[in-house]
Amino acid sequence: MKLRFLSIFAAAALLAACESAPSDTGTKGGAGQTTPMTGAKTIAPGSKEDFVANVGDRVFFDFDKTSLRADAKATLAKQAAWLKQYANYSMTIEGHADERGTREYNLALGEKRANAVKEFLAANGVAAARVKVVSYGKERPVALGSNEAAWSQNRRGVTVLN
Amino acid sequence: MSRTRFLAAVAAVYALGILMAFPAVAEVRIDITRGQMKPMPIAIPEFAGGSGQETKIGHDIAMVVSADLERSGLFKPIDPKAFIQTVASLQVQPRFPDWKAINAEALVSGKVEATPDGRVKVEFRLWDVFAEAYMTGWTLSAAPSDWRRLSHKVADAIYKRVTGEDGYFDTQIVYIAESGPKNDRKKRLSIMDQDGENHRFLTDGSDLVLTPRFSPSSREITYLSYFKGVPRVYIFNLDTGRREVLGNFPGMTFAPRFSPDGNKVVLSMAEDGNTEVYEMNLLTRQKSRLTNHPAIDTAPSYSPDGQQIVFESDRGGGQQLYIMTAGGANPNRISFGDGRYGTPVWSPRGDLIAFTKQKGGQFFIGVMRPDGSGERLLAEGFLVEGPTWAPNGRVLAFFRESPSDERGRGQSVRLYTIDLTGTNERVLLTPIDGSDPAWSPLIP
Repeated sequence: MKLRFLSIFAAAALLAACESAPSDTGTKGGAGQTTPMTGAKTIAPGSKEDFVANVGDRVFFDFDKTSLRADAKATLAKQAAWLKQYANYSMTIEGHADERGTREYNLALGEKRANAVKEFLAANGVAAARVKVVSYGKERPVALGSNEAAWSQNRRGVTVLN
Repeated sequence: MSRTRFLAAVAAVYALGILMAFPAVAEVRIDITRGQMKPMPIAIPEFAGGSGQETKIGHDIAMVVSADLERSGLFKPIDPKAFIQTVASLQVQPRFPDWKAINAEALVSGKVEATPDGRVKVEFRLWDVFAEAYMTGWTLSAAPSDWRRLSHKVADAIYKRVTGEDGYFDTQIVYIAESGPKNDRKKRLSIMDQDGENHRFLTDGSDLVLTPRFSPSSREITYLSYFKGVPRVYIFNLDTGRREVLGNFPGMTFAPRFSPDGNKVVLSMAEDGNTEVYEMNLLTRQKSRLTNHPAIDTAPSYSPDGQQIVFESDRGGGQQLYIMTAGGANPNRISFGDGRYGTPVWSPRGDLIAFTKQKGGQFFIGVMRPDGSGERLLAEGFLVEGPTWAPNGRVLAFFRESPSDERGRGQSVRLYTIDLTGTNERVLLTPIDGSDPAWSPLIP
């Protein structure tokens, strides 16, 4: 029994070791977070930093909603214009939910939100082939509090440039 | 894992039953359909042994049996310091007045014997103290390292004889162990015995993993992993340690559960903003779509006969429970109370569906009949979620998360068990935070 247990664990560890190949940057905590800029450095137009700082990489949703608000559409229109100008980027849209829902429902909700973003960008000239979506449900909040101020920041779609 | 070999001691048991000439007058019995009852006092002395190894195992078995029965909330093991009759004397014959004197209603006697093949033979008997009658017993042979499973089997036999319901102690729980800050939570697939022992991590936390569920054989786990950043349903084989992606779906797959015969997995796929329920046949590798609606259709769970599926959908405007045939026909809404209903799980007995409910800013664990009637809420909290049934359909496990401040302080995520009557809520201790529990069937 003991030996078998060890072999299972070893197999799991091996699998895990194979898994730790470099993954896309979208999976870790830094995903789409506003990158703190050093004051002295200037932002190169067309850089990822430019996109985050001067366009805005994320839009927010109302509770349990997947429709784009007016402020979200304004941000996405700017994103679309920028992405058409810098057409070398492909991107992953992350869909997120707040913690006030069940896990599987929130995974579905996040996917729906990410697709709302993708569709808006596509309607505004960003080729769908450049865009992938991934839902994190409620698994990757950016604001840590258990209050509406935090939840409103966590219900988001984030455009992560690859 | 080595299987416990049963010495089909049926003959011995029958012989004993005949030898015990005591009439069963006032039978020791617990009616578990009633909540908040007084737990039955039971005496569980150490199992007798000759050698050091036998004595050690005999002592440990009694401890584990006592702990199992105590946690059920139905039994109250008596402190061994109060025992009058010695273990050696008990092997000859129970002296019932000695046990009546300490108010024991039931008495367990047992013996451990090492056999020449390196195994141990464990004999156990349950006695009705007031009727002075033998109730049940058996003899099993197993590797000495399997003494915990033998203990759980003793507890299961006692539970079954006294309550009339199958036990749930020789089982495991698979869950997600959690650590790290709230915005970068490390999650690991983990497994343990139902009492928290034999705990081990199955993945190392490099990929986000969620919602594990056992196969009917308990040897496989289906779950969601973000391996290489892509959320997909996998099957983990506990015997080989191998992990396999399930099917070739174009979109994100999640919310998997095995069918009762183990030949299918029902799950959700999300693609282009629409989540539907699919069935994946594990033998033919064919997949078929069961729902067809632009709403979110997810969290499917089979009825124990495999003929129906309960799932959640927001097709009516909010998250509610629906039942359809296993082929996807005739989806009918069953939840009509105030609030939102999700994560439905059909009881192994078929009589109830457990769910997570959200109402008035609180979360609840509840049950209702498959026709939607008889809703009862069992547990409540800022966040309680993800009920899972013990195989006898009398006990549920779920997880509870506490709120945190803006720096993430205060968050804790713990596993709990609760009786179907809504009583006897207990923390299920885990080495670190835990969520998404799934209870195994009785281990074969």
